[in-house]
Amino acid sequence: MSALLKKLVLVALVIIFSTSLAAAETVRVAFGAEPYPPFTSPDASGKWVGWEIEMIALVCKEAKLDCELAPTMWDGIIPALMSKKVDMIMGSLSITEAREKKVDFSIPYFKPNAVVVGTKSMKFAPTPEGLKGKLVGVQTATTHAAYAEKYFKDSKLKQYQTQDEINQDLVSGRIDATQADAPAMTEFMESKEGMACCEIKGEVAYDATILGRGVGVAVRKGDDALREKINAAIKATRASGEYQKLSMKYFGMDVYGE
Amino acid sequence: MLSWIKPHRVVLMLLAAGLVVYIATAMSWEWLPQFAGDLVAGVGVTLLILASTVILGFLFAVPLGLFQVTGPKPLALLCKGFCTLIRGTPLLLQLWLIYYGVGSLFPQVPWIRESFLWPYLREAWPYGVLALTFSFAGYEGEVMRGAFAGVPNGELEAGRAYGMTPFTLLRRIWLPRAIARALPTLNGEVVLQLKATPLVATITVIDVYAVTSKVRQATYIIYEPLLLLALIYLCLTGILVFTFRYFENRNPTRDV
Repeated sequence: MSALLKKLVLVALVIIFSTSLAAAETVRVAFGAEPYPPFTSPDASGKWVGWEIEMIALVCKEAKLDCELAPTMWDGIIPALMSKKVDMIMGSLSITEAREKKVDFSIPYFKPNAVVVGTKSMKFAPTPEGLKGKLVGVQTATTHAAYAEKYFKDSKLKQYQTQDEINQDLVSGRIDATQADAPAMTEFMESKEGMACCEIKGEVAYDATILGRGVGVAVRKGDDALREKINAAIKATRASGEYQKLSMKYFGMDVYGE
Repeated sequence: MLSWIKPHRVVLMLLAAGLVVYIATAMSWEWLPQFAGDLVAGVGVTLLILASTVILGFLFAVPLGLFQVTGPKPLALLCKGFCTLIRGTPLLLQLWLIYYGVGSLFPQVPWIRESFLWPYLREAWPYGVLALTFSFAGYEGEVMRGAFAGVPNGELEAGRAYGMTPFTLLRRIWLPRAIARALPTLNGEVVLQLKATPLVATITVIDVYAVTSKVRQATYIIYEPLLLLALIYLCLTGILVFTFRYFENRNPTRDV
């Protein structure tokens, strides 16, 4: 073996060893790479902020995990977990039967209600009859899209990549209504554009099989060690009162939803 | 026929057949019946967008190319400017400028909201068709300029000597000869246009690409829908290429 070859092998070994070490230590946490305030949104400097981001930090601290934020396109977020590009998903991902076939969930750490927001110029109820013939925008691959496909059969559905784009089209009047998580819509209604164009029409009738049992942390099937750690950490943040403090800061109420 | 069968060809064919059998049996296709209807509808939308934008775009491209050759100067500059603008910016940018930019201004104008056009202006597809038409016109305008300029002057002079009016000259000689010259290039451009159509999925138009995204989101199966999508586009491209070749071969005049 020549000297050069020996050196190359050594370098290669060092690289393999160090990357495998690094991979074992850090946990990559995925969330939707899109503005979804107050959960996740990039601030002016491009740093991710919001309740979800602080919650990730809190849970990781409790579980003594070295977490790394991994913003991921929403419609590919579960495939990213399955193909080991990320190690867990913590981004308003509702626990549904369809998703449980592919990934394992922690205990729920948040229960959002689903609301319909619509244009002020029309009066209608957040029901299939009320939305009959209306143009409804939903974010693709969400529980809301699945709900709308099942219940709003007489409405015209438009599927968007992000909630941000739906809100834009709601403001410009291209669609009549949208369905989304209540806290996100409350935040939108506090913006100048939201206030001018729209109002919250109310909550939709809850269907747990589609809207899920709340929001949980998703891990790969069989990754029980990580799941148990996270379950314990979520309970610990409840017991220490840090969860309640964070929830009050962002929502003015406790959103755990026992 | 027998001489065509060579060992290396047989091996390659067996390999290809093996790959197809592997993909069909070892991968999961149980989602296919559920989404078959959506896929067919999606292919329909893709073809409709392709056909309408190629035809409309070509109708724009002919004057764009012609005016750049004939003038008058200001008009030629305008056409050249349009082609440069379209060819110099990404299609996705143009699409989003038209849909989220121009399109979102319409709803703020009361008389547009009350007009009979409003139901269409609310939809996403008119903006997709418009953006793709502009794009095709921009590229083809340049191709047609070259094709018009390349028709031998002698043929045009012969036409004039027969006493043809400028319009008759264009209809009988200049345009047919230019199209025949541009046909091989147009073939490639139509194939490129086919592969530009999935961009409309970003503005909520449900084409065949959007359908496979939906399959991926609903089932979390990634590779199978993408492989099928690749096969669909490959088949469509094949059909386009063979159609164009047929028309090219019908026209035996080669350039001298």
